[in-house]
Amino acid sequence: MSGARVPVVAYLDIDTDDPHLTGWECDHCGAVFLDRRVACPSCTSADLTARRLADEGTVHAWTIVHRAPANVRTPFVAAIVGLDGGGIVKANLVGIDADPAAVYCGQRVRLATYPVGVDSAGTEAIGFGFEVEA
Amino acid sequence: MAGDVWVVGAAMTKFGRYPDREAVHLGGEAARDALADAGLSIRDVGAVVAGCMIEPNMAGQLVLRQIGQTGAPIYNVVNGCATGGTAVRTAVMAVKAGECDVALAVGMEKMGKAGLLGVSTRRSDAPFEPSGPYGAVMPLEGVLGTNLMPGWFGMTGSEYAYQHDGVGFEQFAKVAEKNHAHSTLNPLAQYQKPFTLAEVMDAEMISYPNTLPMCSPTGDGAAAVVVVSGAKLRTLGLDQQARAVKIAASVITSDPYADGCDVRLDVNTLTRRAADQAYEAAGVGPEDLNLVELHDCFATAELCHYDNLRLCEPGGAGDFIDSGAPWRDGRTPVNVSGGLLSKGHPIAATGVSNVFEITTHLRGEAGARQIDGARVGMAHVLGGGVAGGWASVVHILEKAAV
Repeated sequence: MSGARVPVVAYLDIDTDDPHLTGWECDHCGAVFLDRRVACPSCTSADLTARRLADEGTVHAWTIVHRAPANVRTPFVAAIVGLDGGGIVKANLVGIDADPAAVYCGQRVRLATYPVGVDSAGTEAIGFGFEVEA
Repeated sequence: MAGDVWVVGAAMTKFGRYPDREAVHLGGEAARDALADAGLSIRDVGAVVAGCMIEPNMAGQLVLRQIGQTGAPIYNVVNGCATGGTAVRTAVMAVKAGECDVALAVGMEKMGKAGLLGVSTRRSDAPFEPSGPYGAVMPLEGVLGTNLMPGWFGMTGSEYAYQHDGVGFEQFAKVAEKNHAHSTLNPLAQYQKPFTLAEVMDAEMISYPNTLPMCSPTGDGAAAVVVVSGAKLRTLGLDQQARAVKIAASVITSDPYADGCDVRLDVNTLTRRAADQAYEAAGVGPEDLNLVELHDCFATAELCHYDNLRLCEPGGAGDFIDSGAPWRDGRTPVNVSGGLLSKGHPIAATGVSNVFEITTHLRGEAGARQIDGARVGMAHVLGGGVAGGWASVVHILEKAAV
C-alpha cells in the first residue's frame, strides 16, 4: 500500500486536517461554481477567486436511487445540497435510512469525508457526503 | 397568411423495437411518408433538418441516401431530448427567413435496449487519474449522488412536492396511470397496456418517486414533418390547403444562469419562458388549448410542466391531476398519444412526433384517439445533457381557417 490519498473530485480539499469543499466565486456578482470558468456565467466578469465553501447546508432536492448500473450499490439517497453562504453540490446523504420518511427538502446537513475506493497502486480516493445534523 | 409557416405533411413510424433496421431507414420512411402526406416530393424540399441524438452522424445525408439524394442544404441538429423539436424549429426558421419555400424536419433514433441513460458505467482498478472539468478520479454515480435520468427527475419532483401543497407520490403516479390509459387508443404507441393506479404505485421503484411505469422506455422510431411558406401553400391543391395546420408559434429557449444550475435541475424557468413566448406569439392563452403533448420523460416531469406551461393555477399541478383535467375527456387533454411514458421516447423522434400528433388531431384524422373539434394545440419538448444544459421547444399549432 502506498498510503497515498487523492480527492474523488478536485473541489474537495483533503490536504488539511480539516477537509472541505472549495469553489470559485465571481468578484463582481458573487456567483459560486465548482470549476474554473473562462468567465462568470451569471454576469460575464472574468474576475474569479477560489474560496472555501461551508461545511453546513440544506437539502434542496432528493431521491432514493434503487436501480443503477451493476457496480453501484443501491439503494442510496442522492441529494442536491445548498451550502450556507453559497455553492450548490450533488452528493449522497449518509448515515440515514434509504426511506422517503427519513429525508426531506429543507433538512440541515453537514459535510463528511470518507474513503470511496482504492486503485491498483494502493492509492485511496477520498469522497464526501452529507450527514443529517443532530 | 403571407408570413406564416404551415405544416402540410406529417408522419411517424410506430415507436417500438426495430432490431433489423437502422435509424436512417426509420427516418427515411417517416420522411417519405410525410412528403407523400403533403403531396410533395423530396425534389421539392429546399432545406432538410435532421435530428439524431445517438448515431449516426450526418443523419440527414444518410436519410437522403435512402429516399433521394438531391443535394439540398442539410442541417443536422442535436439538442438532447429536445433534438426533434429543434429540428422542427430550424425548418420553420429556414422558411421564415425566406431561404426556401419547403422544408423537411425529420427526427430518428435507434436506442435498442440502452438501459439507464446518463451515466458512465466504466469502473476499473487502473491508477486514479483526474479527468473532466471536476477532476474526477472515478465514475461518480452513487459516489456523489446520482446522474441517472430517473434520479434527476425524481429530485425535480421532490422539489415541486416540497414547494406545493397536495403533491406527493400518488399525484405523480396518477400521471402514469393517465398516459398509459391514453396509449391504449394509439396504434403508433410502443406500449398499449393500461395500469391501475395501484399497479403504478406498487411497481418496481426505479428512483423515488418514479416507479417503472413512471419512466419513459427506450425504443426506436422516427417522425417527420413538412413545412411550407404561405406563398407555397397557395400553389398546393385545395385538399392540402384544407388539411394545412398553421404554426402559430415556434419557440426555443435555453436555461438562463441560476445558482447551482450545473447540479440543480431547473427545468422550469426555460420551459416557462418558452411557453410564455409562444402564447404571446400565437395570441392565445392556456385556456384556448384543446390538447397538449408535453415532455413526460418521467411522471414527475409532466406534473411540473402543468405548472410551467400554465395549464393549471400556479402551484396547482396536484389539484389539476386530481381533478382529471389532463385526461382525454378533461378540460385540457395532455398526452392523449400516451406521451413519452407509453407512446415511447426514441430521443430525436419525440419532438417531431409531438408535432405530428397535434397536427393529426387538428386535421380530425386521429381515429379512435381523436379529440373532437380540436382547433389549437401545443407541442413541448425538453432536452438536457448529463454535464448540464437544457433546451426547451414549444410549438403552438392552429387548425387552418380556410
